[in-house]
Amino acid sequence: MIKNIKDLPREELFAPGHTMCSGCGPAIAVRWITKFIGNNAIVVNATGCVEVTTTIYPRTAWEHPYIHSLFGNTAAVAGGVERAIGVLSRKGRWDSGDTKVVVIAGDGGTYDIGLQALSGTLERGHRVLYILYDNEAYMNTGIQRSSSTPLYAWTTTTPVGEKVRGKQERKKDIIGIVLSHGIPYVASASVSHIVDLGNKIEKALSYLKEGPTFIRIFAPCVPGWRYPENKTVEVARLAVETGYFPLFEWEKERFRLNPPSNGLVDEQRRVPIVEFLKLQERFSHLSEEQICAIQDEVNRMWEKIKKHLK
Amino acid sequence: MRMYTEERAPSKRNFVKDVLALTSNHAVAYAVRSLDVDVIASYPITPQTTIVEKLAEFVANGELDAEFVNVESEHSALSVVLGASATGARTFTATSSQGFLLMHEVLHNVSGLRLPVVMAVPSRAVSAPISIHGDYSDLMTGKDVGWIVFICASAQEVYDTVLQLYAVAEDERVCLPAIVAYDGFLMSHTMERVEVYRDDLILEFAPKRVKRLLDPANPVTLGELALPEHYYRYKYSQLSALDGSREVIRSVFKSFYSYFGIEYDFVERFKTEDADFIIVVYGGASWGNAVEAVNITREKGLKTGALRIRVLRPFPIKEVVDTLKNVKGFSVVDRAISFGASTPGPVYADVVVSLAEYGFSIPSVCVIAGIGQKVMYVSDFVRVLEELVKGKEGVILL
Ligand SMILES: Cc1ncc(C[n+]2csc(CCOP(=O)(O)OP(=O)(O)O)c2C)c(N)n1
Ligand SMILES: [Mg+2]
Repeated sequence: MIKNIKDLPREELFAPGHTMCSGCGPAIAVRWITKFIGNNAIVVNATGCVEVTTTIYPRTAWEHPYIHSLFGNTAAVAGGVERAIGVLSRKGRWDSGDTKVVVIAGDGGTYDIGLQALSGTLERGHRVLYILYDNEAYMNTGIQRSSSTPLYAWTTTTPVGEKVRGKQERKKDIIGIVLSHGIPYVASASVSHIVDLGNKIEKALSYLKEGPTFIRIFAPCVPGWRYPENKTVEVARLAVETGYFPLFEWEKERFRLNPPSNGLVDEQRRVPIVEFLKLQERFSHLSEEQICAIQDEVNRMWEKIKKHLK
Repeated sequence: MRMYTEERAPSKRNFVKDVLALTSNHAVAYAVRSLDVDVIASYPITPQTTIVEKLAEFVANGELDAEFVNVESEHSALSVVLGASATGARTFTATSSQGFLLMHEVLHNVSGLRLPVVMAVPSRAVSAPISIHGDYSDLMTGKDVGWIVFICASAQEVYDTVLQLYAVAEDERVCLPAIVAYDGFLMSHTMERVEVYRDDLILEFAPKRVKRLLDPANPVTLGELALPEHYYRYKYSQLSALDGSREVIRSVFKSFYSYFGIEYDFVERFKTEDADFIIVVYGGASWGNAVEAVNITREKGLKTGALRIRVLRPFPIKEVVDTLKNVKGFSVVDRAISFGASTPGPVYADVVVSLAEYGFSIPSVCVIAGIGQKVMYVSDFVRVLEELVKGKEGVILL
């Protein structure tokens, strides 16, 4: 259990020199993921920003054994790695002990093209920690919408035009989909709350004995969301404080809100959503009504959360 | 090839464990069992399914200690074995038709990562219209993606080829994936006599040599991004690995002969030495017909012969050219169509280009046959040879 920032691991396992943007949310996520998973882990990474910026031959930012295969098959590749470790251990041909298998994939690689492989891997019970870094669009290919992109957000494929202004569909409930597989541990975390993230990764790894585990990390994107590069953690923190992105965990199907989200059940305690939206140019075209509609969305989500708490 | 030599007979008792009646699909499963494969992943599709059903049975009965992963698509089947192979496990998968097409981007990925995955492809027609029957339309879409590809003509050859492919693929000079293909239904579901060998000898002939690339003790980055100054080097080295695999394949044939007494080659020839006209084929049904047709036309006094392409990739240029260079005419029977290409026959194109590379221009006929398992009659093959004798050139759609 990590109590405060003094307990955070100091060893860096994500080498500098990669080409991620300054202020990149996923870069913060990956730096801490690599610390928290420890040395005895294999990373399986989907195609996306993280992959293309950290593995440019002949350099690599990865201190872990690392494999990137394709965009949509990451969960399946991880399942194969996990089964191989299992059978090789049984046959006396694996000498690294209890090696953990950790997926790092973006929202496109998880909500969309990788959803089928993810479902298969969860359903089959592969002992894999699947970490989704959610920057709410296909950033690597130049900010196209994914099914994780929120309502009304601007992306290059949901432009703000005369007739249609931004994305017209809601963000998909990936947590609900993942939960329906009945896996032992599902959590949400943010790059603004690193101690919480560390404890969740620790827990997710310990639950691998029982089956797959899943963590979704909120990871803002400077060029995609269009905010100043020194504001990543602030944007992420506002997402939590407005209740847009609650921090929670489902442990053996029991729900718990984590601080500070556990103090936000009362609507009055939540920062108005506009504070989160107004920092980001991807929302700069929103009308008053649209902002209200997004606020309503957030409030409706919290009504659901209240039901889970009972 | 498949000649039982004098020496083989006396020692036979030593290496033959059993003589069984097996379909080619079950022959694959028996070979995989004896090879002590570690991870198997697959998804059902006709006519492949009975391979993995048999393997599932072996695993369930404790006859094979493997992880058997029932995945949710062929894309994931190949991805699971990709991950397992990179972790150092010996792996196997199998598919046909739509499943093979669905795997396509993973096929490139596995060969680019240089993983020695072995896959069986009892070949089948592709949709639309949907057809579950045999031809080689599926395989031909994946023949040029960096895999070694063998096409067999009997259940014994299928069994032997699976053993050979693991020995080739895992050789450190090769490190490439490999496919064993054969006729969907006409072989996959047809029983033949198969000699199966002792497990200990099989593992001695094809010892496990899959490299553990993902190793916490020695971390490396796999599947990296390569920019223009490096990317082509990966691809050129893949090209030379596949070309260079010819030598390894040849040495594996030699070793196979010393263990199991059957001589194999890249091609199989029938009465080609003095032939003026040769019919070139691949797969079991075509080969059976071709041999019959040669016997019939020889009785009529025609100097005919038959050649079977057994190794499709790397293409046996030398063997093909040596066999055909002095003939007056040849035809290639393809069981797949290259739509809109310079010729509709994919393997016909390979043969013609091989000859051209050595400066030979010989009258020839491109034959398309057995599409969606349209019945191929021996009489059709006889007609092809007779047309060749008459000087026919061009395309025949049987
Ligand atoms: C089959 C396939 N389709 C499309 C692509 C192109 N592509 C590469 S990365 C990417 C978007 C990745 O988005 P996400 O998973 O959200 O990760 P991010 O780039 O945002 O980190 C796309 C569309 C691909 N590599 N493979
Ligand atoms: Mg994204």
